[in-house]
Amino acid sequence: MGLIEAIILAVLAASTPLLLAATGELVTERSGVLNLGVEGMMIVGAACGFGGAWLSGSVIIGALCGIAAGVLMSLIFALMTLGLAVNQVATGLALTILGIGLSGLIGSRFVGEKISLAPHLYIPGLTDIPLIGRILFGEDAFVYLSLALVAGVWFFLYKTRAGLILRAAGDNHASAHALGYSVLRIRMFAVMFGGACAGLAGAYLPLAYTPFFIPGMTAGRGWIALALVVFASWLPGRLVIGAYLFGAVTILQLHAQGWGVGIPSQLMSALPYLATVIVLVLISRARTGGSTAPAALGTVFVPDR
Amino acid sequence: MQLVLEKRAERSNTIALISPLIAIGLTLVTMSILFAILGKNPISALGVYFIDPLTDSYSLQEIAVKATPLVMIAIGLSLCYLANAWNIGAEGQFLVGAVAGSWLAVKTQGTDAGPWVLPAMMLLAAIGGALYALIPAICKVRFGASEILTSLMLVYVADLLLDYLVRGPWRDPKGFNFPTTAEFDPVAAVPVLIEGGRLHLGGVIALVVVAAVAVLLGKTIKGFEIRVVGAAPRAARFGGFNSNQLILLTFAISGALAGLAGIIEVAGPVGHLQPGISPGYGFTAIIVAFLGRLNPVGILIAGLFLALTFIGGEQAQIAMKIPLDVTKVFQGILLFYVLACDSLILYRFKLIFASPKVSSGAH
Repeated sequence: MGLIEAIILAVLAASTPLLLAATGELVTERSGVLNLGVEGMMIVGAACGFGGAWLSGSVIIGALCGIAAGVLMSLIFALMTLGLAVNQVATGLALTILGIGLSGLIGSRFVGEKISLAPHLYIPGLTDIPLIGRILFGEDAFVYLSLALVAGVWFFLYKTRAGLILRAAGDNHASAHALGYSVLRIRMFAVMFGGACAGLAGAYLPLAYTPFFIPGMTAGRGWIALALVVFASWLPGRLVIGAYLFGAVTILQLHAQGWGVGIPSQLMSALPYLATVIVLVLISRARTGGSTAPAALGTVFVPDR
Repeated sequence: MQLVLEKRAERSNTIALISPLIAIGLTLVTMSILFAILGKNPISALGVYFIDPLTDSYSLQEIAVKATPLVMIAIGLSLCYLANAWNIGAEGQFLVGAVAGSWLAVKTQGTDAGPWVLPAMMLLAAIGGALYALIPAICKVRFGASEILTSLMLVYVADLLLDYLVRGPWRDPKGFNFPTTAEFDPVAAVPVLIEGGRLHLGGVIALVVVAAVAVLLGKTIKGFEIRVVGAAPRAARFGGFNSNQLILLTFAISGALAGLAGIIEVAGPVGHLQPGISPGYGFTAIIVAFLGRLNPVGILIAGLFLALTFIGGEQAQIAMKIPLDVTKVFQGILLFYVLACDSLILYRFKLIFASPKVSSGAH
């Protein structure tokens, strides 16, 4: 296996959790809700995903546990921000703080345990094609799933009536309400979808990336996913580009450390975070003319009856 | 059955006063359930958490020591949040302040530098923290980049910067390769208040900060502007207040206070610069700010209360083998209840057991 091939495989693996989490958050934000608790939902998803897989011996059950954990966390968020009209920014922060504590509590009994990683696809003939075979036909199921999810979300948002209603709720909740749609119900489903994706993204880490659980293993990926949604201008297609770019930065800095380039390893480790800041600035600057963000993003909606 | 919110004609002052207490009460009930799930006796667990630390002098001093950074950071954050500027990177500003101040301590190590060293370190720390906080603030007002995400990303960067310094250029040559600077000289250390005790000068500084910000908010035009910009942005625009300038100002103050807290922690209780100087003070301070209702005196009380949970959590781990993560869960749950109870100030909660006709716009 060539070095280039190995790097591309690693980039795809590093990008997948970012893409999964960002896709979920994109749908949540398109409905007008800013859930800053992605990091918290992801880390609980990682702990529960590992726990499920370790206890059952099945990666699929692990993934389902991660999804369930993400949905449960997102329901707390929905109850607070939609049910009780609490500030979304503060609630999202609370969700992350709670998630970090909960994952430590749940995961503490699994620290030091090991599982076998999710298997990679193997199609005789196709996977054996030199250079591109393993990249196209030799990934784990989550990589394909994440790309299918983005395509599905694009189709849902732009080609279905339900997607149009969801976008309407995010752009002008008063009008959507006046037309007779239940804004809060739409947003609740969007928040739950975001939670499911974040939980799965978190579960990906111990199930397909590293075969063990360490507290804090999401290492800010949830926050980077939030930045990716901004980077993508809330458009699903651009999420793929953004996620793979960030995955590339992550892997490049790891390799640069290995090559022993005379740069402090800490500076290389800081690269993904610095890149996020720089990208946010560039993207926001380019958009000073008009914002593409959902118009009602982050605002509280209380229906008057 | 359906939960419906009804807007109150005006905000309820009674509830504004008691809502933190309701939140703490609900948190204690939830924690009891959690303790029971973990197989611990809830009553004795809560006793170890909240009562035992109050019964001996060492723990009481330790609570004040832990409350010092929490209160200082939270006071700064409250200014940001009042002005609707979301600084959530105080942890990073705390670390950069610690680094900036420690630079002088490391440079003057072993020289006969006078007692000016500590005040100069504090000044450097405040400047360092303020400059670091201004990065997201400038990105926000100049380019419109979300200050939430940029300030948080910079936490990871600050953490790595500190790590690099204590493993590289600033490492104690006699430190057996541990990632730490040498112990600071006495002129670079925050003095304790009572010989042999834990209480140090930082506690006094925190009280001064509380008083100063209370005056700023209550008695000055700037304080008034901060409150108006957050509470009524439209009115503030008509009033000609410059909200961008206030974002820069509140971020700078909050960064300076976090940085100052950082050097006080390093030059005080810790005594040298090393990784892991903060058990998440910058994040816990967000809870302190909200629990204290963004009010200086409230924050002082809230800071002492959350410091109690840190000490109680350590004691519960030793005495009852309760995992330390329970403290973080506790803090997260507390913030949820605080926010939920705050909603009661503006809304009445009503449960409706009714026919589908009443349910609003349901399909």
